[in-house]
Amino acid sequence: MASSTFTLPAMEHVTDVLVIGGGPAATWAALEAVRAGSRVALVDKGYVGTSGAAAPTGVGTWFPPKASRREAAERRAARSFGLADVGWTVRTLDESAAGLEQLAAWNYPFPHDETGALYTPNLRTADYMHFMRRRVRMSGVRVYDHHPALHLIVSDGVVCGASGIARHSARPWTIRAAAVIVATGGCVFGERVQGAAGLTGDGYLMAVEAGAVLSSMEFIGQYGIVPFKTASNKGLIYTWATFMREDGTTIESHGEDRQVLVARALADGPVFARFDDVPPELQRNLRAGQPNILLPFNRAGINPFEERFPVMLRCEGTTRGVGGIRITGETCATGVPGLFAAGDAASRERLTGAISGGGGPNSAWSIASGRWAGRSAASFAAHLGKRHETRSGAAVGTARLQPAAVDVVKAEVLPVDRNFFRTGRTLERSLAQLNAAWSTLRSPDGLSGMDALRTREAAAMTATARWSYTAALHRNESRGIHRRLDVPAIDPAFARTISVSGLDVVRVHDDAPVAEAIAS
Amino acid sequence: MIEVVSEARCISCDICVRVCPADVFDAVPGAAPLIARQDACQTCFLCELYCPTDALYVDPNGDGPTNVAESEIETLGLFGSYARAMGWKRGQPGGADLDPTFYIRTAMGENRS
Repeated sequence: MASSTFTLPAMEHVTDVLVIGGGPAATWAALEAVRAGSRVALVDKGYVGTSGAAAPTGVGTWFPPKASRREAAERRAARSFGLADVGWTVRTLDESAAGLEQLAAWNYPFPHDETGALYTPNLRTADYMHFMRRRVRMSGVRVYDHHPALHLIVSDGVVCGASGIARHSARPWTIRAAAVIVATGGCVFGERVQGAAGLTGDGYLMAVEAGAVLSSMEFIGQYGIVPFKTASNKGLIYTWATFMREDGTTIESHGEDRQVLVARALADGPVFARFDDVPPELQRNLRAGQPNILLPFNRAGINPFEERFPVMLRCEGTTRGVGGIRITGETCATGVPGLFAAGDAASRERLTGAISGGGGPNSAWSIASGRWAGRSAASFAAHLGKRHETRSGAAVGTARLQPAAVDVVKAEVLPVDRNFFRTGRTLERSLAQLNAAWSTLRSPDGLSGMDALRTREAAAMTATARWSYTAALHRNESRGIHRRLDVPAIDPAFARTISVSGLDVVRVHDDAPVAEAIAS
Repeated sequence: MIEVVSEARCISCDICVRVCPADVFDAVPGAAPLIARQDACQTCFLCELYCPTDALYVDPNGDGPTNVAESEIETLGLFGSYARAMGWKRGQPGGADLDPTFYIRTAMGENRS
């Protein structure tokens, strides 16, 4: 693979573990690696504390009591369309619970429940991530905000660092490390949802360029209901919503997911919602406990408990979908030596199956996988010792596209009739457009600063869309949030994970059936 | 998206320049930061929380600029309204310990076996 060279003098740094990303998984990974004795550096495209899908929202962590954890995992697995693994889920929940206990021990300001006990399953994420930033800095991690990573550095097939640019100064940087954790979040394909700024699939691109494989990328048909034109994809409150057409008639549910209900109705005209049947006490608690949900209504002067408001769907990509870098086990290793993945950057089918892990499961996953990856990377680094500092590696990856490719991605991935509802024909047509963008919109090497970042983001988004639709075409059935109108039934033969890899040519790895592939 | 940086309220601390995950603002020496990349805004409202003087206003419309006037935001009392609802003060966190979301999740039957 060709190396990319910088002409400006770069900031150089050597550490044991490098974490790329700034959300919950990244910060947990950094803290655990420090606890295991590593020197740690963390680089983030944005600002640790506000970066990622979690920070703006406020999230409930899936936290069933220990005694009923297996039962809860079995219940969820039963509606996950066959890909989830109960043993894996229980271990995720156990590790996540340990993280929440750790937060309590650090005196994170959890509220108390009605019995006066500390209530840990809910994290107000603006506060949580502000707190995690402080812990990370106190622990001695070197934090580099606004330092997007553009390339992994590889030596003899082993990942040994990353390079990128400092966004505000355009200064290039190189950090060499014994182990690298990719915790860059998912990809939302340029959709205007909260967290989207950083979620361009950068980690997938860098990992695949270094030889990693992605799994479950077809499950990106997850859309959030939002008040019309807003970016507030907070789903919880729609539990109490009644949906109606412009003429005021109620859109009756027949037991389908509310997103499906809204997606079908939107094909015929505008859809409105109203939060009916919310008792006054619950209204008060929603206003006090979820101010970000009520914020768009307050600013628009609408009382959503009494007045209807228009809604739309926004694509949530792999962030609330499923796919990501395939990990080989609880080490969060990727199969590429020296490279680990955590959070939404890693694939989650063993926890979420073929349905969204949005909210509770994903929050548990970010804590558990971050902690696992941090310890594994530290252990890998300890094993290498000082030897890694003398390795000479080169930045890998040459994929760069003109920003115009992003428009193609948005046109092929965001519309409901392309991605939420699919057919073999629409997938093939979209793939042709995306492949054409991949081959004809190449951008020259040698760009610096923000231009280098934009061309890498465009390549990452386009590559992610190609991986997703290639897998979606291969999965010739409907399953969970992969909805094929031309093959609406589940095919038991597809009760297995599909993986993809490659850049110019996307390869499909059709894995063995889940029951055989995962021994738990 | 981000609509207003109030010159009257801003103290040029440039915290918003630093904390914006979408890198929307440019610092201007001795003046309020400039909204340099409005289209990159992800409408997360976090800059409002971190602003120590409630000088920022983010409109809930995430698709494009609304060009709402600062005077209107001032009249409606919307500067700092999200921070007040959360319990954050002068750009510092607060209120998480009073979060009643427990009641909401109980009402939904979450995390019950």
